Amino acid sequence: MTFDTRTNIMPIFGRILEIREGGGRPILAYDNMNNKELSVTDAKEKQEKLNALDAKMKQLQQRLMTEFNVWGLDSKKDKDKIKEKDKLLKEMKKTQKAIEKIKTGKLLSRDGKRNLVAYSFIAPNFIGFAVFTLVPVVCAFLLAFMSWDGNNPIQFVGLDNFKHLADDTRFIAALKNTVVYSVATVPFTLIAALGLAILLNKKIKGRAIFRAIGFFPYVASLIAVAAVWNNIFSPGAGIVNVLLTNLGVAKQNLPGWAADSQWAMFTVVSFSVWKSMGYYMVIYLAGLQGISAELYEAASLDGANAWQKFKNVTWPQLKPTTFFVIIMLTINCFKVYDQVYMLTQGGPGTSTLVLVYHIYQTAFVTSTDYGYASAISMVLFALVLFVTIIQFRGEKNYAND
Amino acid sequence: MVKTSQKSRINKVILYVVLIAITVLMLIPFIWMLSASLKYDKDVFTVPIKWIPENPKWDNYKVIWTKIPLLRFVLNTSKITLIVTALQLLTSSFAAYAFAKLEFKSKNALFLGYIATIAVPWQVYMVPQFIMMRSFGLNDTHLAIICLQAFSAFGVFMMRQFYQGIPDSLCEAARIDGMSEYKIYRKIMLPLSKPALSTLTIFTFVATWNDFLGPSIYLTTQNKKTLQIGLRMFIGQYSSEYGLIMAASVISLIPVLIVFLCLQKYFVEGVAATGIKG
Repeated sequence: MTFDTRTNIMPIFGRILEIREGGGRPILAYDNMNNKELSVTDAKEKQEKLNALDAKMKQLQQRLMTEFNVWGLDSKKDKDKIKEKDKLLKEMKKTQKAIEKIKTGKLLSRDGKRNLVAYSFIAPNFIGFAVFTLVPVVCAFLLAFMSWDGNNPIQFVGLDNFKHLADDTRFIAALKNTVVYSVATVPFTLIAALGLAILLNKKIKGRAIFRAIGFFPYVASLIAVAAVWNNIFSPGAGIVNVLLTNLGVAKQNLPGWAADSQWAMFTVVSFSVWKSMGYYMVIYLAGLQGISAELYEAASLDGANAWQKFKNVTWPQLKPTTFFVIIMLTINCFKVYDQVYMLTQGGPGTSTLVLVYHIYQTAFVTSTDYGYASAISMVLFALVLFVTIIQFRGEKNYAND
Repeated sequence: MVKTSQKSRINKVILYVVLIAITVLMLIPFIWMLSASLKYDKDVFTVPIKWIPENPKWDNYKVIWTKIPLLRFVLNTSKITLIVTALQLLTSSFAAYAFAKLEFKSKNALFLGYIATIAVPWQVYMVPQFIMMRSFGLNDTHLAIICLQAFSAFGVFMMRQFYQGIPDSLCEAARIDGMSEYKIYRKIMLPLSKPALSTLTIFTFVATWNDFLGPSIYLTTQNKKTLQIGLRMFIGQYSSEYGLIMAASVISLIPVLIVFLCLQKYFVEGVAATGIKG
C-alpha cells in the first residue's frame, strides 16, 4: 500500500494534523497547514493535550449554560455569582488560548505579540524606574531593620532602630516641628491659592501675565529666592524690620526672624506660602474652569451677591479640588527640606529641625548611620501613607461628583 | 441702569487695584533681587530703599563669572536638565500610551508599581538609592543625577491621565487602517498631547534645574557641581557680597523664566486635562 491510512484527522480552522502510516515508511505525523512532518510521539502528545483541553472547554461551557443564567443576574444581588461567572469566563478564555497555541504551533500567539508591543512601549521607562526607584524603595524598608555605616558588614538588628527613635530628642523635635509646619502652612497656602485663583479666573485684561507672575515664585530657584528672603528678613537692616521700625516698633521688640527661635518657624512658613501658592493656584484654576457657567447664571437670576455665589456655588463645586489640594499640600509639607536648609539650618537650636533635615544629617553629615536614617524615613513614610489612605477614601466619596 | 454700570466699573477698578497690589507683593523679592544685583554692597541696605540704583554696577554681572566657575556650573546644569527632560518626556509618554490605550498582560500590576511609589517621598529612599548608585560606581557622576530624575512615576501617571481623555475610537480607527501602534503613538497621540507635554516639561525642567538635595548628595568634585550647589557655595563663602550673590541668582533664574514663558499658555489647560487637579 502506498497510500496513507489516516488514523486521525482534526479539522481546526482548516488545519489538519494527521498521522500517516503504511508503505513501509516510518510512521509519521503530518501537519498539513504548517507543512511539516512531526514525530508520532510529538503528534500524539499534542493530540492528548488538545483532547484534554477540548474536554475541559466543553465542561466549562456546560457549566456556564447550566449554572449561570446569563441574562437574569442582578448586578447588586448576585455579586458573588457574577464574580464566579467572571472567573469562569476568564478560565474559558485561557483554555481557548491554550488550544489555539497548540493548533497553530506558533510560539507567539496574537496576544503574545500584542503583549510584546506593549512591553516595548513600557520598557524604557519601567527598567529605569524599577532599578532606580523600586529597588531602593524596597531596600529602604529592609534597611530600617539593619545597622550599617556603609563600611562594616550589615547587621540585622530587628526593631532596635525604631526603639532608638523614642529617646532621640532631636527626632522628637523634628517630628513635632514637621507637624507644626504642616498645620501652619496648609491653611494659609490654601486660602491664598484659592483667592488668587478666583481673582485670576475673572475676565480681565492681562490675565495671562498675572497668572504667570502668580506662578513664578514656584518655578524660581529656591536657593536664589531664599537668599533674597534672608536679606529682606534680615534682623538688622532687612526691609521688613526697617518698615516695622518706621511703624513704631521698638528696637528691642523687633523680631529676629530666622535667627530668633520664636520667629524662625514663622519665617519658614511665610516663605513656603509665598513660594508654593502659585502651584496650587493653577490647580484651583483648572478646578474653576470645570464649574459650569449655568450655575452662576442661575445664582444671578436668584439675585445672589458675590459672597453668596462663592458660598453656594464655587466652594461646594470645588470640594474635590480643595480636597486634593489639602492632601498634596500636606504630603509636600511633610517632605519639607530645602527651605529649612536655606533659611535656618534647622535652628536656632532645634526650633525648625524637620524630619527630612534630620534624615539627611543622620545619613550624610553628623554620622553615616544608614539603618537609623531609614528608620526615620519609615516614620515619614507612615505619615504620608496615612494621608494617602485618607485621600483614597475621600476620592471614593467624590467619585460621583 | 446707569447706576449699575457705574457700580460695575468701580468694582472693576477695585479688582485691578487688588490684583496689582498682590502682584507687586509677589514680585517684591524678585524686584529686590534685580535691584540688589546692580548695587554696590554698601548700598544694598540703605534706607529708604532705592529700587532703581543711581549708578548701576553692571560690573557685578561680569565679575561673578570669574569669582566662581559659574560657566562650568551653568553648563553642567544645562546638560543634566536637558537630558533629563528629554528622557522624561520620551519614556513617560511612551509608557503612558501603553497604559492608557493598550491591553496587555499584568498591566494593572505594573501600573500599581508606579502608583505605589508616587506616595513614597524621595527622601524615604534616597539613602539606599545613594548606596546603590555608589556600588554601581556612579557617585560623583552626572549620570547618577540623570538616572534618578529621568524615570519618575509622576510623569507616567500624568501622561496616562491625559491619554485616557483622548477617545479610544481614534486609535481604533487608525488600527483598522493598518497603522502600527508605534505609528499611532507618533502620528496621532503625540500631536494631540501638547498641553500635557508642556506641563510635564515645565515640571521636569524646573525640578531638575532647581534640584539641590540630589546633586549635593552625589556630586563632590568641584567642576561637576551644578548651578544650585554653586550658588549655595558662593553664598556661604562670600555672604556679604550681596551684589554678586544677587547677580548670580538672577542668572540662575533666566533659563527657567524662558522655558516657563514659552510654555505657560498650555499650562492651565495641561493641568486641567491631566487631572492632576484630582
